[in-house]
Amino acid sequence: MTNLTILILVPLLTAIAVLFCRNTTQIKWTSFIGSLVQLGLASAMMFSYITERAIGNTSQMLFQQRYSWYSALNIQYFIGVDGISVVMIMLTACVVVAGILISWKVETLTKEFFFLLLLLSVGAYGFFISLDLFTMFFFLEVAVIPKFLLIAIWGSGKKEYSAMKLALMLMGGSVFVLIGLLATYFATDIGNGVHTWDLLQIAHAHISLHTQMYIFPFLFVGFGVFTALFPFHTWVPDGHSSAPTAASMFLAGISMKLGGYGALRVAVYLMPEAAQQYSWLIVLLATIAIIYGSFATLMQKDLKYMNAYSSVSHCGFILLGIGMLTKTAIIGAVMQMVSHGVMTALFFGAIGMIYERTHTRQISELGGLLKTLPFIGTVYVITGLCSLGLPGLSGFVAEMTVFVGSWQRPDAFHRIATILAAASIVVTAVYILRAAGKAVMGPIVNEHFQHLKDATWNEKFASVLLIVAILAIGIAPFWLYNLIAPDAQIIMENIARGVTGN
Amino acid sequence: MSTDFFILMKSELSLMLIIFILLILKVWDGIKDNSTWLHIVNFLLLINFAVGFIYSVDGMLFNGMFHTNNILVLEKSILNFGTLIISLQAFDWLKTHKHVPEFFILLLTTLLGMFFMISSGNFLMFYLGLEIASIPLAALANFDLEKLKSSEAAVKMILLSAFSSCIMLFGISLLYGSTGTLNFAELPALLAVKNLHILSLIFIFVGFAFKLSSVPFHLWTADVYEGSPVSVTSYLSVISKAAIVFVFISVLGPLFLNFQGMWYNMLFLSIVLTITVGNLFAIRQDNIKRFLAFSSIAQAGYILLGLSAGNQMGTSATIYFLLVYIFSNLGAFGVIGIVSALANKENISDYKGFYKTNKLLSWVITISLFSLAGIPPTAGFFGKMFLVTAGASHGNYILVIIASLNMIVSLYYYLRVVKAIFVDPNDAPIEKLNPSFSAKLGLIICMIGVVVIGFASCIYDYINSLTI
Repeated sequence: MTNLTILILVPLLTAIAVLFCRNTTQIKWTSFIGSLVQLGLASAMMFSYITERAIGNTSQMLFQQRYSWYSALNIQYFIGVDGISVVMIMLTACVVVAGILISWKVETLTKEFFFLLLLLSVGAYGFFISLDLFTMFFFLEVAVIPKFLLIAIWGSGKKEYSAMKLALMLMGGSVFVLIGLLATYFATDIGNGVHTWDLLQIAHAHISLHTQMYIFPFLFVGFGVFTALFPFHTWVPDGHSSAPTAASMFLAGISMKLGGYGALRVAVYLMPEAAQQYSWLIVLLATIAIIYGSFATLMQKDLKYMNAYSSVSHCGFILLGIGMLTKTAIIGAVMQMVSHGVMTALFFGAIGMIYERTHTRQISELGGLLKTLPFIGTVYVITGLCSLGLPGLSGFVAEMTVFVGSWQRPDAFHRIATILAAASIVVTAVYILRAAGKAVMGPIVNEHFQHLKDATWNEKFASVLLIVAILAIGIAPFWLYNLIAPDAQIIMENIARGVTGN
Repeated sequence: MSTDFFILMKSELSLMLIIFILLILKVWDGIKDNSTWLHIVNFLLLINFAVGFIYSVDGMLFNGMFHTNNILVLEKSILNFGTLIISLQAFDWLKTHKHVPEFFILLLTTLLGMFFMISSGNFLMFYLGLEIASIPLAALANFDLEKLKSSEAAVKMILLSAFSSCIMLFGISLLYGSTGTLNFAELPALLAVKNLHILSLIFIFVGFAFKLSSVPFHLWTADVYEGSPVSVTSYLSVISKAAIVFVFISVLGPLFLNFQGMWYNMLFLSIVLTITVGNLFAIRQDNIKRFLAFSSIAQAGYILLGLSAGNQMGTSATIYFLLVYIFSNLGAFGVIGIVSALANKENISDYKGFYKTNKLLSWVITISLFSLAGIPPTAGFFGKMFLVTAGASHGNYILVIIASLNMIVSLYYYLRVVKAIFVDPNDAPIEKLNPSFSAKLGLIICMIGVVVIGFASCIYDYINSLTI
C-alpha cells in the first residue's frame, strides 16, 4: 500500500457513506468496517514501509506524492511518510477502531456522532502524512471543530463550558501555529523571491538564528497547546472529562499527539537553532507539567478527571523528551506519544464502560468491579499498570527511553529535571494503585452492582486491540525503536548542522 | 457607436434592459401572481449573469469616463451572481408582499450604480454611481412598509449616507481645486505629499470607510441591518460591501499609492479598530441580524488587511475572499431569511433547539458560520488564510497577530450560535419550516460554493491571472 491519499479518502468516504445510512445499525457497521479497512490499509502501509527500508531505500520520506495546488502561493498537496508518521498513523487507526466500537450504544443523533468522529480522524490522518505546511495546517484545523460538537452535544457535566474552552484554546493554538507558519513561509526564499511551504525544503533553507528566535515560540507554543504544554493545559481536564467516551479517546489518543508531532516535526525540525536556545524553557515547562499533573491527579475523586490530569503529566514526558534534544530522548518522546495514545484511549474506554454500567465515576462510590465485571476490571488494571510504567507494558519502555535520553545531558539543570520527572512515577503509582485498589479490587459497595453485565463483544474487541498494541510495544519495543530511530537521527543532524552553522 | 460599445457596456446594458422590462411589465399590469413575478425576475437575473460570460474586451468610452477590462467584468459577474442568490432567497418573503416589481427595480438600480462606480474613470462618474447606488438602498431598507423599525433604519441610512457623501465630495472638490482634473488616469501623477492632498484623500477615505462600515464609521450598520428586511440586509452586507471594495481595488487604490507611509498608518488603525470593535460588539448581540452586522464589520477589517498589502497577492486574496464571503454570508442570511419570513423570529435565543426540527437548515447555517469563522474544510478557511498571508507579505506581523488573535474571539461568537442551534434545550423550538424551492436552490448554491471554492484552486488562479 504505497498510495497515501487512500488513507485520507477511506475515512472521508466512510464519513460520507454514514450520511446516507438509514438506521443506526447501518451507521455503526459502516463506520466499523470503514475503520477496520483503514486499520488494514495502515498496517499494509507500515509493512511496505518496512520492506522499502529493508531493501535500502534511504530517502527521508517514502511514498511521496506531490501536486501543485495553489501555484500562485506555492501551496502543494505534498504527502509522504517517515518512520515517525508511520507509527502515528498506526496509532490513529487503532484508536479510531476502538473508539467506534466503544460508541456502539450511542443512541442520540447517531449519524452525526459517527460522522464527526470520522471527520476528526480524516484531519488526523491528513496531518500526519502532510509534508506541506499549508496542507498540514489545514488538516490540523479540520480536527478542531468536530471536537467542539462532539463534546457540546453528546458530552456530560458542564459540557458546554468545556467544549467552548477546548475549541477556543485549540483555536488559539492554531492561531499561534498560523503566525509561525506564515513567518516561516516568508522567511524562506528559494530563489527569485519565491517562498515555499515545503517542509523538506525549509529544513534545508537556512533561516537566520535571529528569525528563528521569533518564529520558534509561536510554533512551539501553538502545537504545545494541543499537547497540554504548561500553562496552556487547562482545556485538558475539562475537555476530557466532559467528552463522551469515544471523544475522550480520540482527544487523548489522537488529538494531543497532533501537537506533539507538530512540535517535533515543525517547530524543532525546522527551527533547530532556536530549539537549542529555548531548550531549557521547554524542559522547565515540561517538568512543571509532569509534577503538577501528577500531584493534581492525586487530588481527583472522579475517574475521568483523574485520567485527564494524568494525561497532562504523561504528555509532559513527550515535551520533556523533545526539549532534551538528544536522539534517545526524541525517540522516547515519539514512543511516549504512541504508548500514551494507546494506553489512555484504553483507559478512557474502560472508564466509559464502567460509567455506562454503574452510572458513576466517583472512586468513592465504586468498588469490587473485578468481581462483578471481571473483563472490564482487568482492562482497567492493565491500563493502570501501563500508566504507572510496569515493565513489559508500553509505558515503561517509552518513559525509560525518555529518561535514558535525558540523562545524556550531563549538566545539573537537566539532571535535576530528569530526576524530578522520574520521581513523579512514584506519585503515579500512588494514584493508580489507590484507584484500582478501591474501585476495582475492594469490596462491592453497592448491591446494585451485583447484576451488572460484563463487556459485550464490541467492547472486548476494542479493549483487546489496544491491549495487544500495549503488549506489542512493551514486550518487543525494538521494532518501534527501529522504525523511529533513523528519523530521529535526521532531526538530530539538522540540529547539529544548525549548531555548526552549515 | 460600434459593436464595441455593446460589448464594453454589456453588464450595464443588460441590467438596464431588465429594469425597463420590469417597469413595462409593471405598467402593463398583466401579472397578478407574485410567484410568476419572482420566477420572471430570477430568470432575467440568470440571463444577466450569463451575459458576463460573453467575451469581453478592454476599453474606454465617453472620453475615459467609463472603462472596463476583464477583472472588472469578473467583479461585476460576482455581484450579479450574489444578487441572483439573494433574489432566489427572497422568495418566501416576497411572495406575500404587495410590491414585488418595485423591489427589484430599486435593487437593480443600486446594482447598476455600483457597476458604474466600478467602471468609472473619473470622479464625476464615480460620484454619480455612488449616489445611484445609495439612494434606492434607503428605500429598500424601508421595504417592510408597516414596520416602524424599518422606517427608522431608512431615515438613519439616508441621512448618514448623505453626510458621508458630503465629506467625500468635499475631498473630491479639494482634489479638483488643487490639481485641476478629476480623471483617475491623470490624478496619481499629480498627487504629492502635500497637506491639502492628504486632507482630501482622508476625506475620500472616510466616505469609503463609511460605505464599508469600518470603525469608527460603523455606527449606522447595526441599526440599519436590524431594521431592514433580511433580503435587504444581506444585500447591504454582501453586495454593497463587495462593490465598494471592488471600487477601491480598481479605482481608488492607485490614488493612495503615493502616500505609502500615511496611507498604511491610516489603514493599520482602521484594521485594528474594525476587527476588534466588530468582534467585541458581536459577542453581546441577541438579534441575529445585529449579530451578523457586527460580524460583517469584523470581516470588513480582514478585507482591509488584504488591501493593506498593496500588492498583487493582496488584491487577488481580497477578491477571492469576497467571492467566498458572498457564498458564506448568503448561506447564513438565507436561513435567517427563511426563519424570519416563515416563523417571524429573529433572535439567537429563538434558534435554541433548531436542530431538532430543521436538520438541513441547521447544517446550512452552521457550515456558513464556520466558513465565516474560517474553519476548514470550508472555503472561508482559504479566504482568510490568503488574506492573512497577504497581510504578512507586507512584513507587519503586529497587524497579522492582532488579526489572527481576533479569529479566536470570532470563533467564540459563531460557536455561540452553533451551540444554541445544536445543544441548548428548548421546549418550543421553531417548528419545521418548509421553504420554497427557490429558497432551497439559493441555499444549495451557497453550500456548493462554500464547499467547492476552497478546493478548486483554479478559481484563485484565474483571479490571480487577472489582477496586476
